Amino acid sequence: MNRILLIAEHNGQNLDPATAKSLTCALQIPHQTLDIAVFGSSRAPAESAAKLVGVNRVLFVELPENQAGLAVCLCPLVVELSADYTHVLVPATSFGRDLLPRVAAKLNAAQVSDIVAVDGDRCFKRYVYAGNALITVQAPAGTVVASVRANAFKPTSAGGQAVVETVDLNLELPRHTRLLGLNRSVSERPDLQSASRVLAGGRGVGGKSGFDDLYRLADKLGAAVGASRAAVDAGFVPNDLQIGQTSKIIAPDLYIAFGISGAFQHLAGIKDAGVIVAVNTDPNAPIFEVADIGLVADLFEVIPQLEQALANK
Amino acid sequence: MKILVAVKRVVDYNVQLHVKSDGSGVETDGVKMSINPFDEIAVEEAIRIKEAGHADEVLVVSIGSDACQEQLRAALAMGADRALLVKCDRDVQPLLAAKALQALVGQERPQLVLMGKQAIDDDACQTPQMLAGLLDWPQATFASRIVIAGAGKVEVTREVDAGLETLSLDLPTVISTDLRLNEPRYIKIPQIMKAKSKPLQMLDLADLPITETPLLNIVTTSAPEPRPAGVRVGSVAELVDALKEKGVL
Ligand SMILES: Cc1cc2nc3c(=O)[nH]c(=O)nc-3n(C[C@H](O)[C@H](O)[C@H](O)COP(=O)(O)OP(=O)(O)OC[C@H]3O[C@@H](n4cnc5c(N)ncnc54)[C@H](O)[C@@H]3O)c2cc1C
Repeated sequence: MNRILLIAEHNGQNLDPATAKSLTCALQIPHQTLDIAVFGSSRAPAESAAKLVGVNRVLFVELPENQAGLAVCLCPLVVELSADYTHVLVPATSFGRDLLPRVAAKLNAAQVSDIVAVDGDRCFKRYVYAGNALITVQAPAGTVVASVRANAFKPTSAGGQAVVETVDLNLELPRHTRLLGLNRSVSERPDLQSASRVLAGGRGVGGKSGFDDLYRLADKLGAAVGASRAAVDAGFVPNDLQIGQTSKIIAPDLYIAFGISGAFQHLAGIKDAGVIVAVNTDPNAPIFEVADIGLVADLFEVIPQLEQALANK
Repeated sequence: MKILVAVKRVVDYNVQLHVKSDGSGVETDGVKMSINPFDEIAVEEAIRIKEAGHADEVLVVSIGSDACQEQLRAALAMGADRALLVKCDRDVQPLLAAKALQALVGQERPQLVLMGKQAIDDDACQTPQMLAGLLDWPQATFASRIVIAGAGKVEVTREVDAGLETLSLDLPTVISTDLRLNEPRYIKIPQIMKAKSKPLQMLDLADLPITETPLLNIVTTSAPEPRPAGVRVGSVAELVDALKEKGVL
Protein backbone atom coordinates (compact mmCIF):
# COMPACT_ATOMS: atom_id res chain seq x y z
CA MET A 1 0.00 0.00 0.00
CA ASN A 2 1.22 3.48 -0.82
CA ARG A 3 3.12 5.67 1.59
CA ILE A 4 3.13 9.30 0.53
CA LEU A 5 5.52 12.06 1.56
CA LEU A 6 4.53 15.64 0.78
CA ILE A 7 7.21 18.34 1.09
CA ALA A 8 5.72 21.49 2.62
CA GLU A 9 6.35 24.97 1.34
CA HIS A 10 6.48 27.81 3.87
CA ASN A 11 8.10 31.21 4.34
CA GLY A 12 9.79 30.44 7.65
CA GLN A 13 6.71 31.17 9.76
CA ASN A 14 3.58 30.34 7.79
CA LEU A 15 2.68 27.39 5.68
CA ASP A 16 2.17 28.43 2.06
CA PRO A 17 -1.44 27.84 0.89
CA ALA A 18 0.01 25.66 -1.89
CA THR A 19 0.78 23.02 0.74
CA ALA A 20 -2.85 22.46 1.80
CA LYS A 21 -3.92 22.41 -1.85
CA SER A 22 -1.23 19.89 -2.82
CA LEU A 23 -2.33 17.81 0.15
CA THR A 24 -5.80 17.55 -1.38
CA CYS A 25 -4.20 16.09 -4.48
CA ALA A 26 -2.03 13.72 -2.44
CA LEU A 27 -5.05 12.48 -0.47
CA GLN A 28 -6.69 11.39 -3.73
CA ILE A 29 -3.94 8.83 -4.29
CA PRO A 30 -4.91 5.59 -2.55
CA HIS A 31 -2.59 5.32 0.45
CA GLN A 32 -1.86 3.80 3.79
CA THR A 33 0.00 6.77 5.26
CA LEU A 34 0.51 10.37 4.27
CA ASP A 35 3.25 12.38 5.97
CA ILE A 36 4.36 15.96 5.48
CA ALA A 37 8.02 17.00 5.72
CA VAL A 38 8.85 20.52 6.88
CA PHE A 39 12.40 21.85 6.59
CA GLY A 40 13.25 25.06 8.42
CA SER A 41 14.37 26.89 11.51
CA SER A 42 10.94 27.29 13.09
CA ARG A 43 8.46 24.63 14.13
CA ALA A 44 5.50 26.91 13.43
CA PRO A 45 4.87 25.70 9.86
CA ALA A 46 5.15 22.10 11.07
CA GLU A 47 2.55 22.78 13.76
CA SER A 48 0.21 24.21 11.10
CA ALA A 49 0.81 21.24 8.81
CA ALA A 50 -0.08 18.88 11.67
CA LYS A 51 -3.54 20.46 11.82
CA LEU A 52 -4.39 19.60 8.22
CA VAL A 53 -6.98 16.84 7.95
CA GLY A 54 -5.70 13.52 6.65
CA VAL A 55 -2.06 13.91 7.67
CA ASN A 56 -0.54 11.04 9.66
CA ARG A 57 2.77 12.52 10.77
CA VAL A 58 4.69 15.71 10.26
CA LEU A 59 8.43 15.27 10.01
CA PHE A 60 10.24 18.40 11.12
CA VAL A 61 13.85 18.68 9.99
CA GLU A 62 15.60 21.64 11.55
CA LEU A 63 17.74 23.66 9.17
CA PRO A 64 19.20 27.17 9.35
CA GLU A 65 17.05 29.74 7.53
CA ASN A 66 19.68 30.36 4.87
CA GLN A 67 19.70 26.68 3.85
CA ALA A 68 16.00 25.89 4.16
CA GLY A 69 15.18 27.24 0.72
CA LEU A 70 18.17 25.86 -1.15
CA ALA A 71 17.46 22.88 -3.39
CA VAL A 72 21.05 21.68 -3.09
CA CYS A 73 20.71 21.44 0.71
CA LEU A 74 17.21 20.00 0.77
CA CYS A 75 17.87 17.39 -1.90
CA PRO A 76 20.00 14.97 0.15
CA LEU A 77 17.55 15.28 3.06
CA VAL A 78 14.53 14.50 0.88
CA VAL A 79 16.38 11.61 -0.75
CA GLU A 80 17.16 10.20 2.70
CA LEU A 81 13.54 10.50 3.86
CA SER A 82 12.16 9.09 0.61
CA ALA A 83 13.51 5.62 1.36
CA ASP A 84 10.39 5.01 3.46
CA TYR A 85 7.91 6.17 0.83
CA THR A 86 6.37 5.09 -2.46
CA HIS A 87 5.46 8.67 -3.49
CA VAL A 88 7.26 11.98 -3.03
CA LEU A 89 5.16 15.05 -3.82
CA VAL A 90 5.78 18.79 -3.72
CA PRO A 91 3.78 21.86 -4.78
CA ALA A 92 4.85 22.99 -8.28
CA THR A 93 5.78 26.46 -7.07
CA SER A 94 9.18 28.01 -7.82
CA PHE A 95 10.39 26.23 -4.65
CA GLY A 96 9.12 22.80 -5.68
CA ARG A 97 10.10 23.15 -9.32
CA ASP A 98 13.65 23.94 -8.25
CA LEU A 99 13.95 21.09 -5.77
CA LEU A 100 12.08 18.07 -7.05
CA PRO A 101 13.89 17.23 -10.33
CA ARG A 102 17.18 17.13 -8.43
CA VAL A 103 15.62 14.60 -6.06
CA ALA A 104 14.16 12.63 -8.97
CA ALA A 105 17.56 12.38 -10.64
CA LYS A 106 19.08 11.06 -7.42
CA LEU A 107 16.33 8.45 -7.19
CA ASN A 108 16.63 7.59 -10.91
CA ALA A 109 12.93 8.43 -11.20
CA ALA A 110 11.05 9.92 -14.14
CA GLN A 111 9.26 12.91 -12.59
CA VAL A 112 5.68 13.90 -13.38
CA SER A 113 5.46 17.71 -13.29
CA ASP A 114 2.49 19.90 -12.51
CA ILE A 115 -0.23 17.31 -12.07
CA VAL A 116 -3.81 18.62 -12.24
CA ALA A 117 -5.69 15.37 -11.58
CA VAL A 118 -5.12 11.94 -10.07
CA ASP A 119 -6.11 8.91 -12.16
CA GLY A 120 -4.92 6.10 -9.91
CA ASP A 121 -1.86 5.01 -7.95
CA ARG A 122 0.68 6.24 -10.43
CA CYS A 123 -1.41 7.77 -13.17
CA PHE A 124 -1.95 11.51 -13.45
CA LYS A 125 -3.20 14.23 -15.77
CA ARG A 126 -1.13 17.26 -16.71
CA TYR A 127 -1.07 19.97 -19.36
CA VAL A 128 1.60 20.27 -22.03
CA TYR A 129 2.16 22.83 -24.81
CA ALA A 130 1.08 25.83 -22.72
CA GLY A 131 -2.23 24.22 -21.90
CA ASN A 132 -3.05 23.32 -25.50
CA ALA A 133 -3.12 19.61 -24.72
CA LEU A 134 -3.89 17.50 -21.68
CA ILE A 135 -2.02 14.22 -21.22
CA THR A 136 -2.56 11.22 -18.99
CA VAL A 137 0.81 9.88 -17.85
CA GLN A 138 1.78 6.80 -15.96
CA ALA A 139 4.88 6.84 -13.79
CA PRO A 140 7.16 3.79 -14.22
CA ALA A 141 8.07 1.33 -11.44
CA GLY A 142 10.00 2.80 -8.54
CA THR A 143 9.31 5.85 -6.40
CA VAL A 144 6.64 8.13 -7.87
CA VAL A 145 8.04 11.66 -7.91
CA ALA A 146 5.49 14.33 -8.79
CA SER A 147 4.87 18.05 -8.45
CA VAL A 148 1.33 19.31 -7.98
CA ARG A 149 -0.29 22.29 -9.66
CA ALA A 150 -1.65 23.56 -6.38
CA ASN A 151 -4.32 25.81 -7.84
CA ALA A 152 -6.00 22.89 -9.57
CA PHE A 153 -7.07 21.70 -6.09
CA LYS A 154 -9.05 23.21 -3.22
CA PRO A 155 -7.16 23.44 0.08
CA THR A 156 -7.59 20.70 2.66
CA SER A 157 -9.10 22.19 5.79
CA ALA A 158 -7.61 22.35 9.26
CA GLY A 159 -9.04 20.32 12.12
CA GLY A 160 -6.69 17.36 12.20
CA GLN A 161 -4.20 16.57 14.92
CA ALA A 162 -1.17 14.77 13.62
CA VAL A 163 2.00 14.56 15.66
CA VAL A 164 5.09 16.57 14.82
CA GLU A 165 8.22 14.45 15.02
CA THR A 166 11.62 16.07 14.97
CA VAL A 167 13.92 14.14 12.68
CA ASP A 168 17.66 14.50 12.89
CA LEU A 169 19.21 13.38 9.64
CA ASN A 170 22.78 14.31 10.43
CA LEU A 171 23.94 14.70 6.85
CA GLU A 172 26.79 16.82 5.60
CA LEU A 173 25.20 19.51 3.41
CA PRO A 174 26.97 21.02 0.40
CA ARG A 175 28.78 24.33 0.85
CA HIS A 176 29.09 25.28 -2.80
CA THR A 177 25.95 27.45 -2.76
CA ARG A 178 25.30 30.51 -0.61
CA LEU A 179 22.15 32.56 -0.31
CA LEU A 180 23.11 36.22 -0.69
CA GLY A 181 19.63 37.63 -0.32
CA LEU A 182 15.95 37.40 -1.04
CA ASN A 183 14.30 40.54 -2.23
CA ARG A 184 10.72 39.82 -1.23
CA SER A 185 8.06 41.98 -2.79
CA VAL A 186 6.23 42.93 0.37
CA SER A 187 2.62 43.89 0.05
CA GLU A 188 -0.38 44.23 2.31
CA ARG A 189 -2.55 43.11 -0.57
CA PRO A 190 -3.89 39.59 -1.07
CA ASP A 191 -1.41 37.06 -2.42
CA LEU A 192 -1.72 36.58 -6.17
CA GLN A 193 -1.63 32.79 -6.00
CA SER A 194 -4.40 32.43 -3.45
CA ALA A 195 -6.57 35.54 -3.92
CA SER A 196 -10.20 34.95 -4.80
CA ARG A 197 -10.21 38.00 -7.07
CA VAL A 198 -7.43 39.06 -9.41
CA LEU A 199 -7.16 42.13 -11.62
CA ALA A 200 -4.46 41.74 -14.23
CA GLY A 201 -2.90 44.38 -16.43
CA GLY A 202 -1.08 44.02 -19.72
CA ARG A 203 0.85 46.18 -22.12
CA GLY A 204 -2.34 48.18 -22.68
CA VAL A 205 -2.12 49.54 -19.13
CA GLY A 206 0.69 51.66 -20.50
CA GLY A 207 2.91 52.19 -17.46
CA LYS A 208 3.31 52.40 -13.73
CA SER A 209 0.66 55.08 -13.36
CA GLY A 210 -1.89 52.86 -15.13
CA PHE A 211 -1.07 50.13 -12.62
CA ASP A 212 -1.59 52.63 -9.78
CA ASP A 213 -5.17 53.01 -11.03
CA LEU A 214 -5.50 49.24 -11.18
CA TYR A 215 -4.22 48.91 -7.60
CA ARG A 216 -6.77 51.44 -6.39
CA LEU A 217 -9.58 49.47 -7.97
CA ALA A 218 -8.12 46.22 -6.64
CA ASP A 219 -8.13 47.61 -3.12
CA LYS A 220 -11.84 48.42 -3.45
CA LEU A 221 -12.50 44.82 -4.50
CA GLY A 222 -10.08 43.16 -2.09
CA ALA A 223 -8.35 41.79 -5.16
CA ALA A 224 -4.73 40.91 -5.93
CA VAL A 225 -3.01 42.44 -8.95
CA GLY A 226 -1.28 40.37 -11.62
CA ALA A 227 0.24 41.07 -15.00
CA SER A 228 1.15 39.72 -18.41
CA ARG A 229 4.73 39.12 -19.42
CA ALA A 230 4.67 42.23 -21.61
CA ALA A 231 3.77 44.41 -18.60
CA VAL A 232 6.58 42.88 -16.52
CA ASP A 233 9.13 43.09 -19.35
CA ALA A 234 8.24 46.75 -19.79
CA GLY A 235 9.02 47.33 -16.12
CA PHE A 236 5.49 48.40 -15.13
CA VAL A 237 5.44 45.85 -12.29
CA PRO A 238 7.87 43.34 -10.68
CA ASN A 239 8.40 39.80 -11.99
CA ASP A 240 6.47 38.05 -9.24
CA LEU A 241 3.21 39.43 -10.67
CA GLN A 242 3.53 37.54 -13.95
CA ILE A 243 0.78 35.04 -14.74
CA GLY A 244 1.12 32.30 -17.34
CA GLN A 245 2.64 29.14 -18.74
CA THR A 246 6.06 29.80 -17.32
CA SER A 247 5.14 31.85 -14.26
CA LYS A 248 2.22 31.83 -11.83
CA ILE A 249 -0.80 29.61 -12.41
CA ILE A 250 -3.84 31.05 -10.66
CA ALA A 251 -7.45 30.03 -10.12
CA PRO A 252 -9.38 32.93 -8.56
CA ASP A 253 -13.18 33.08 -8.53
CA LEU A 254 -12.95 36.29 -10.53
CA TYR A 255 -10.21 37.33 -12.96
CA ILE A 256 -10.40 40.60 -14.91
CA ALA A 257 -7.87 41.26 -17.69
CA PHE A 258 -7.25 44.90 -18.61
CA GLY A 259 -5.33 45.52 -21.82
CA ILE A 260 -4.16 41.91 -22.19
CA SER A 261 -4.41 40.39 -25.68
CA GLY A 262 -4.71 36.78 -24.51
CA ALA A 263 -1.65 34.99 -25.88
CA PHE A 264 -1.95 31.31 -24.95
CA GLN A 265 1.18 31.55 -22.83
CA HIS A 266 -0.84 33.93 -20.67
CA LEU A 267 -4.11 31.98 -20.86
CA ALA A 268 -2.31 28.87 -19.61
CA GLY A 269 -2.11 30.59 -16.23
CA ILE A 270 -5.83 31.36 -15.85
CA LYS A 271 -7.51 28.20 -17.18
CA ASP A 272 -9.04 27.33 -13.84
CA ALA A 273 -10.37 30.80 -13.03
CA GLY A 274 -14.07 30.89 -12.13
CA VAL A 275 -15.26 33.92 -14.11
CA ILE A 276 -12.95 35.49 -16.71
CA VAL A 277 -13.64 39.09 -17.70
CA ALA A 278 -11.79 40.91 -20.49
CA VAL A 279 -11.60 44.63 -21.06
CA ASN A 280 -9.88 45.42 -24.33
CA THR A 281 -10.26 48.01 -27.10
CA ASP A 282 -9.67 45.40 -29.80
CA PRO A 283 -12.85 43.39 -30.42
CA ASN A 284 -10.76 40.67 -32.08
CA ALA A 285 -8.34 40.17 -29.19
CA PRO A 286 -8.04 36.41 -28.48
CA ILE A 287 -8.76 37.00 -24.78
CA PHE A 288 -12.44 37.39 -25.74
CA GLU A 289 -12.50 33.75 -26.91
CA VAL A 290 -12.05 32.55 -23.34
CA ALA A 291 -13.80 35.42 -21.53
CA ASP A 292 -17.11 34.72 -19.81
CA ILE A 293 -17.83 38.43 -19.93
CA GLY A 294 -16.23 40.72 -22.52
CA LEU A 295 -16.27 44.51 -22.67
CA VAL A 296 -14.82 46.21 -25.74
CA ALA A 297 -13.76 49.51 -24.24
CA ASP A 298 -10.85 51.69 -23.20
CA LEU A 299 -9.53 50.52 -19.84
CA PHE A 300 -8.72 54.08 -18.85
CA GLU A 301 -12.44 54.85 -19.01
CA VAL A 302 -13.57 51.56 -17.52
CA ILE A 303 -11.39 51.62 -14.39
CA PRO A 304 -12.72 54.95 -12.95
CA GLN A 305 -16.28 54.02 -13.91
CA LEU A 306 -15.96 50.69 -12.11
CA GLU A 307 -14.54 52.43 -9.06
CA GLN A 308 -17.50 54.78 -9.14
CA ALA A 309 -19.99 51.93 -9.55
CA LEU A 310 -18.48 50.08 -6.59
CA ALA A 311 -18.55 53.22 -4.44
CA ASN A 312 -22.27 53.61 -5.16
CA LYS A 313 -23.00 50.04 -4.26
CA MET B 1 36.41 28.50 -19.44
CA LYS B 2 34.19 26.43 -21.69
CA ILE B 3 30.40 26.89 -21.63
CA LEU B 4 28.06 24.10 -22.69
CA VAL B 5 24.57 25.16 -23.78
CA ALA B 6 21.79 22.65 -24.38
CA VAL B 7 19.13 23.48 -26.96
CA LYS B 8 15.91 21.65 -27.75
CA ARG B 9 14.01 21.67 -31.03
CA VAL B 10 10.37 22.43 -30.23
CA VAL B 11 7.18 23.52 -31.96
CA ASP B 12 7.45 27.29 -32.42
CA TYR B 13 5.79 29.28 -29.64
CA ASN B 14 3.45 30.99 -32.10
CA VAL B 15 1.90 27.81 -33.47
CA GLN B 16 -1.67 27.00 -32.45
CA LEU B 17 -1.43 23.27 -31.87
CA HIS B 18 -3.96 20.59 -32.64
CA VAL B 19 -4.40 17.37 -30.74
CA LYS B 20 -4.70 14.29 -32.96
CA SER B 21 -8.17 12.82 -32.87
CA ASP B 22 -6.92 9.34 -31.96
CA GLY B 23 -5.39 10.64 -28.72
CA SER B 24 -1.86 9.68 -29.75
CA GLY B 25 -0.32 13.13 -29.45
CA VAL B 26 -0.28 16.54 -31.08
CA GLU B 27 -0.01 17.26 -34.79
CA THR B 28 3.61 18.19 -35.56
CA ASP B 29 3.70 17.42 -39.31
CA GLY B 30 4.45 20.53 -41.32
CA VAL B 31 4.48 22.68 -38.19
CA LYS B 32 7.14 25.37 -37.73
CA MET B 33 9.92 24.24 -35.40
CA SER B 34 12.35 26.49 -33.50
CA ILE B 35 14.90 26.57 -30.71
CA ASN B 36 13.04 26.47 -27.40
CA PRO B 37 12.84 30.22 -26.52
CA PHE B 38 14.42 29.73 -23.10
CA ASP B 39 17.34 27.86 -24.68
CA GLU B 40 17.85 30.69 -27.15
CA ILE B 41 18.24 32.97 -24.13
CA ALA B 42 20.82 30.53 -22.74
CA VAL B 43 22.77 30.62 -26.02
CA GLU B 44 22.68 34.41 -26.01
CA GLU B 45 23.92 34.56 -22.43
CA ALA B 46 26.80 32.18 -23.16
CA ILE B 47 27.88 34.31 -26.11
CA ARG B 48 27.72 37.47 -23.99
CA ILE B 49 29.83 35.85 -21.27
CA LYS B 50 32.38 34.92 -23.93
CA GLU B 51 32.26 38.42 -25.42
CA ALA B 52 32.93 39.84 -21.97
CA GLY B 53 36.12 37.79 -21.86
CA HIS B 54 35.02 35.25 -19.24
CA ALA B 55 34.86 32.25 -21.57
CA ASP B 56 36.82 31.04 -24.56
CA GLU B 57 34.44 28.50 -26.06
CA VAL B 58 30.69 28.09 -26.41
CA LEU B 59 29.60 24.56 -27.27
CA VAL B 60 25.94 23.97 -28.17
CA VAL B 61 24.40 20.54 -27.81
CA SER B 62 21.10 19.06 -28.84
CA ILE B 63 19.64 15.62 -28.35
CA GLY B 64 17.14 14.42 -30.93
CA SER B 65 16.58 13.65 -34.59
CA ASP B 66 18.75 14.74 -37.52
CA ALA B 67 16.48 17.73 -37.94
CA CYS B 68 17.95 19.31 -34.78
CA GLN B 69 20.91 20.34 -36.93
CA GLU B 70 18.74 23.26 -38.00
CA GLN B 71 18.53 24.59 -34.44
CA LEU B 72 22.23 23.93 -33.82
CA ARG B 73 23.12 25.88 -36.98
CA ALA B 74 20.97 28.74 -35.73
CA ALA B 75 22.87 28.75 -32.43
CA LEU B 76 26.17 28.69 -34.35
CA ALA B 77 24.95 31.66 -36.39
CA MET B 78 24.21 33.52 -33.17
CA GLY B 79 27.86 33.08 -32.22
CA ALA B 80 28.40 29.65 -30.64
CA ASP B 81 31.72 28.10 -31.68
CA ARG B 82 30.95 24.43 -32.06
CA ALA B 83 27.96 22.09 -32.05
CA LEU B 84 27.26 18.54 -31.09
CA LEU B 85 24.18 16.51 -31.97
CA VAL B 86 23.36 13.41 -29.98
CA LYS B 87 21.12 11.43 -32.27
CA CYS B 88 18.08 9.75 -30.85
CA ASP B 89 14.88 9.09 -32.72
CA ARG B 90 12.59 8.46 -29.81
CA ASP B 91 11.01 10.88 -27.36
CA VAL B 92 13.78 12.43 -25.24
CA GLN B 93 12.37 12.77 -21.73
CA PRO B 94 14.11 14.99 -19.15
CA LEU B 95 15.91 12.24 -17.22
CA LEU B 96 17.32 10.76 -20.42
CA ALA B 97 18.39 14.21 -21.64
CA ALA B 98 20.05 14.90 -18.28
CA LYS B 99 21.97 11.62 -18.44
CA ALA B 100 23.12 12.27 -22.00
CA LEU B 101 24.29 15.74 -20.95
CA GLN B 102 26.03 14.28 -17.92
CA ALA B 103 28.00 12.00 -20.23
CA LEU B 104 28.92 14.94 -22.47
CA VAL B 105 29.99 17.03 -19.49
CA GLY B 106 32.32 14.15 -18.60
CA GLN B 107 33.89 14.31 -22.06
CA GLU B 108 33.92 18.07 -22.59
CA ARG B 109 34.61 19.35 -19.06
CA PRO B 110 32.76 22.68 -19.24
CA GLN B 111 32.82 24.95 -16.18
CA LEU B 112 29.35 26.25 -16.85
CA VAL B 113 26.24 24.61 -18.31
CA LEU B 114 23.48 26.97 -19.41
CA MET B 115 20.01 25.66 -20.25
CA GLY B 116 16.51 27.05 -20.68
CA LYS B 117 14.43 26.68 -17.53
CA GLN B 118 11.64 24.85 -19.31
CA ALA B 119 10.86 23.44 -22.74
CA ILE B 120 7.64 24.87 -24.13
CA ASP B 121 6.51 21.49 -25.49
CA ASP B 122 6.47 19.19 -22.44
CA ASP B 123 6.58 22.14 -19.97
CA ALA B 124 8.40 19.82 -17.57
CA CYS B 125 10.97 22.20 -16.09
CA GLN B 126 13.26 19.36 -14.99
CA THR B 127 16.37 18.75 -17.08
CA PRO B 128 18.76 21.40 -15.65
CA GLN B 129 18.05 20.43 -12.04
CA MET B 130 18.38 16.73 -12.91
CA LEU B 131 21.71 17.33 -14.60
CA ALA B 132 22.99 19.35 -11.62
CA GLY B 133 21.88 16.54 -9.30
CA LEU B 134 23.55 13.82 -11.37
CA LEU B 135 26.80 15.81 -11.44
CA ASP B 136 26.53 16.87 -7.78
CA TRP B 137 27.04 20.42 -8.97
CA PRO B 138 25.39 23.57 -7.63
CA GLN B 139 22.30 24.75 -9.49
CA ALA B 140 20.60 28.07 -10.04
CA THR B 141 17.26 27.87 -11.77
CA PHE B 142 15.16 30.69 -13.33
CA ALA B 143 18.08 33.12 -13.71
CA SER B 144 17.36 36.73 -14.62
CA ARG B 145 20.92 37.95 -14.02
CA ILE B 146 24.28 36.16 -14.14
CA VAL B 147 27.52 37.75 -12.97
CA ILE B 148 30.84 35.91 -13.33
CA ALA B 149 32.32 37.03 -10.04
CA GLY B 150 35.88 35.72 -10.38
CA ALA B 151 37.71 33.32 -8.06
CA GLY B 152 35.65 30.46 -9.43
CA LYS B 153 32.33 31.94 -8.35
CA VAL B 154 29.23 33.12 -10.11
CA GLU B 155 26.37 35.22 -8.77
CA VAL B 156 22.88 34.50 -10.01
CA THR B 157 19.66 36.39 -9.43
CA ARG B 158 16.64 34.10 -9.69
CA GLU B 159 12.99 34.90 -10.35
CA VAL B 160 11.09 33.13 -7.58
CA ASP B 161 7.44 33.33 -6.51
CA ALA B 162 8.27 35.68 -3.63
CA GLY B 163 10.40 38.08 -5.68
CA LEU B 164 14.11 37.96 -6.55
CA GLU B 165 16.67 35.72 -4.87
CA THR B 166 20.44 36.01 -5.27
CA LEU B 167 22.82 33.08 -4.88
CA SER B 168 26.57 32.73 -4.99
CA LEU B 169 27.70 29.45 -6.53
CA ASP B 170 31.05 27.75 -6.97
CA LEU B 171 31.95 26.76 -10.52
CA PRO B 172 31.39 24.35 -12.15
CA THR B 173 27.64 24.84 -12.10
CA VAL B 174 24.37 24.46 -13.99
CA ILE B 175 22.21 27.56 -14.53
CA SER B 176 18.73 27.61 -16.06
CA THR B 177 17.59 30.78 -17.78
CA ASP B 178 14.37 32.77 -17.42
CA LEU B 179 12.76 35.19 -19.87
CA ARG B 180 14.20 38.43 -18.56
CA LEU B 181 17.86 37.38 -18.57
CA ASN B 182 18.45 38.93 -21.99
CA GLU B 183 16.95 39.50 -25.41
CA PRO B 184 18.52 37.16 -27.97
CA ARG B 185 20.15 38.86 -30.96
CA TYR B 186 18.80 38.66 -34.49
CA ILE B 187 20.83 36.53 -36.83
CA LYS B 188 22.10 38.30 -39.96
CA ILE B 189 22.66 36.59 -43.31
CA PRO B 190 26.51 36.73 -43.25
CA GLN B 191 26.45 34.96 -39.88
CA ILE B 192 24.26 32.20 -41.29
CA MET B 193 26.82 31.74 -44.07
CA LYS B 194 29.68 31.72 -41.59
CA ALA B 195 27.89 29.20 -39.36
CA LYS B 196 27.87 26.68 -42.20
CA SER B 197 31.61 26.20 -41.85
CA LYS B 198 31.60 25.85 -38.06
CA PRO B 199 32.08 22.30 -36.74
CA LEU B 200 28.94 20.25 -36.08
CA GLN B 201 29.77 16.80 -34.76
CA MET B 202 27.26 13.96 -34.55
CA LEU B 203 27.17 10.97 -32.31
CA ASP B 204 24.67 8.36 -31.32
CA LEU B 205 22.88 8.29 -27.99
CA ALA B 206 23.64 4.55 -27.84
CA ASP B 207 27.36 5.34 -27.83
CA LEU B 208 27.16 7.33 -24.59
CA PRO B 209 27.61 5.56 -21.26
CA ILE B 210 24.06 5.89 -19.93
CA THR B 211 22.52 3.76 -17.23
CA GLU B 212 19.04 2.23 -17.39
CA THR B 213 16.57 5.14 -17.52
CA PRO B 214 12.90 4.81 -16.55
CA LEU B 215 10.43 6.60 -18.82
CA LEU B 216 6.99 8.04 -18.29
CA ASN B 217 4.28 6.37 -20.31
CA ILE B 218 2.01 8.88 -22.03
CA VAL B 219 -1.28 7.00 -22.09
CA THR B 220 -3.44 9.51 -23.97
CA THR B 221 -3.39 13.08 -25.21
CA SER B 222 -6.60 15.05 -25.39
CA ALA B 223 -7.69 18.56 -26.22
CA PRO B 224 -8.51 20.59 -23.12
CA GLU B 225 -12.19 21.25 -22.37
CA PRO B 226 -13.13 24.51 -24.10
CA ARG B 227 -14.77 27.14 -21.89
CA PRO B 228 -18.44 27.71 -22.65
CA ALA B 229 -18.99 30.78 -24.87
CA GLY B 230 -19.21 34.05 -22.96
CA VAL B 231 -21.29 37.18 -23.35
CA ARG B 232 -20.37 40.70 -24.48
CA VAL B 233 -21.58 43.63 -22.46
CA GLY B 234 -21.83 47.19 -23.74
CA SER B 235 -21.11 49.30 -20.69
CA VAL B 236 -19.64 49.29 -17.21
CA ALA B 237 -23.15 49.25 -15.74
CA GLU B 238 -23.93 46.08 -17.70
CA LEU B 239 -20.62 44.61 -16.62
CA VAL B 240 -21.46 45.20 -12.96
CA ASP B 241 -24.87 43.57 -13.44
CA ALA B 242 -23.31 40.58 -15.18
CA LEU B 243 -20.79 40.17 -12.36
CA LYS B 244 -23.56 40.28 -9.78
CA GLU B 245 -25.53 37.72 -11.73
CA LYS B 246 -22.52 35.39 -11.69
CA GLY B 247 -22.27 35.91 -7.94
CA VAL B 248 -18.72 37.26 -7.98
CA LEU B 249 -19.45 40.81 -6.89
C1 LIG C 1 8.60 31.23 -24.05
C2 LIG C 1 7.54 32.24 -23.78
C3 LIG C 1 6.92 32.22 -22.56
C4 LIG C 1 5.96 33.17 -22.26
N1 LIG C 1 5.37 33.12 -21.04
C5 LIG C 1 4.42 34.04 -20.74
C6 LIG C 1 3.76 34.04 -19.48
O1 LIG C 1 4.05 33.20 -18.61
N2 LIG C 1 2.83 34.97 -19.24
C7 LIG C 1 2.47 35.93 -20.18
O2 LIG C 1 1.59 36.76 -19.89
N3 LIG C 1 3.07 35.95 -21.37
C8 LIG C 1 4.04 35.04 -21.67
N4 LIG C 1 4.65 35.11 -22.89
C9 LIG C 1 4.37 36.26 -23.77
C10 LIG C 1 3.11 36.14 -24.60
O3 LIG C 1 3.40 35.41 -25.77
C11 LIG C 1 2.60 37.55 -24.99
O4 LIG C 1 3.62 38.22 -25.70
C12 LIG C 1 2.21 38.41 -23.80
O5 LIG C 1 1.33 37.68 -22.96
C13 LIG C 1 1.52 39.66 -24.29
O6 LIG C 1 1.19 40.51 -23.21
P1 LIG C 1 0.01 41.55 -23.36
O7 LIG C 1 -1.25 40.86 -23.67
O8 LIG C 1 0.04 42.43 -22.16
O9 LIG C 1 0.49 42.48 -24.57
P2 LIG C 1 -0.09 42.61 -26.03
O10 LIG C 1 -0.18 41.31 -26.70
O11 LIG C 1 0.69 43.69 -26.68
O12 LIG C 1 -1.58 43.10 -25.81
C14 LIG C 1 -1.95 44.36 -25.34
C15 LIG C 1 -3.46 44.45 -25.45
O13 LIG C 1 -3.89 45.66 -24.85
C16 LIG C 1 -4.99 46.17 -25.61
N5 LIG C 1 -5.08 47.59 -25.29
C17 LIG C 1 -4.20 48.58 -25.61
N6 LIG C 1 -4.61 49.76 -25.12
C18 LIG C 1 -5.77 49.54 -24.46
C19 LIG C 1 -6.69 50.37 -23.75
N7 LIG C 1 -6.47 51.67 -23.60
N8 LIG C 1 -7.77 49.79 -23.21
C20 LIG C 1 -8.02 48.47 -23.37
N9 LIG C 1 -7.18 47.63 -24.03
C21 LIG C 1 -6.08 48.17 -24.58
C22 LIG C 1 -4.64 45.85 -27.03
O14 LIG C 1 -5.79 45.82 -27.83
C23 LIG C 1 -3.97 44.48 -26.89
O15 LIG C 1 -4.93 43.45 -27.06
C24 LIG C 1 5.60 34.15 -23.21
C25 LIG C 1 6.21 34.14 -24.46
C26 LIG C 1 7.18 33.20 -24.75
C27 LIG C 1 7.83 33.21 -26.08
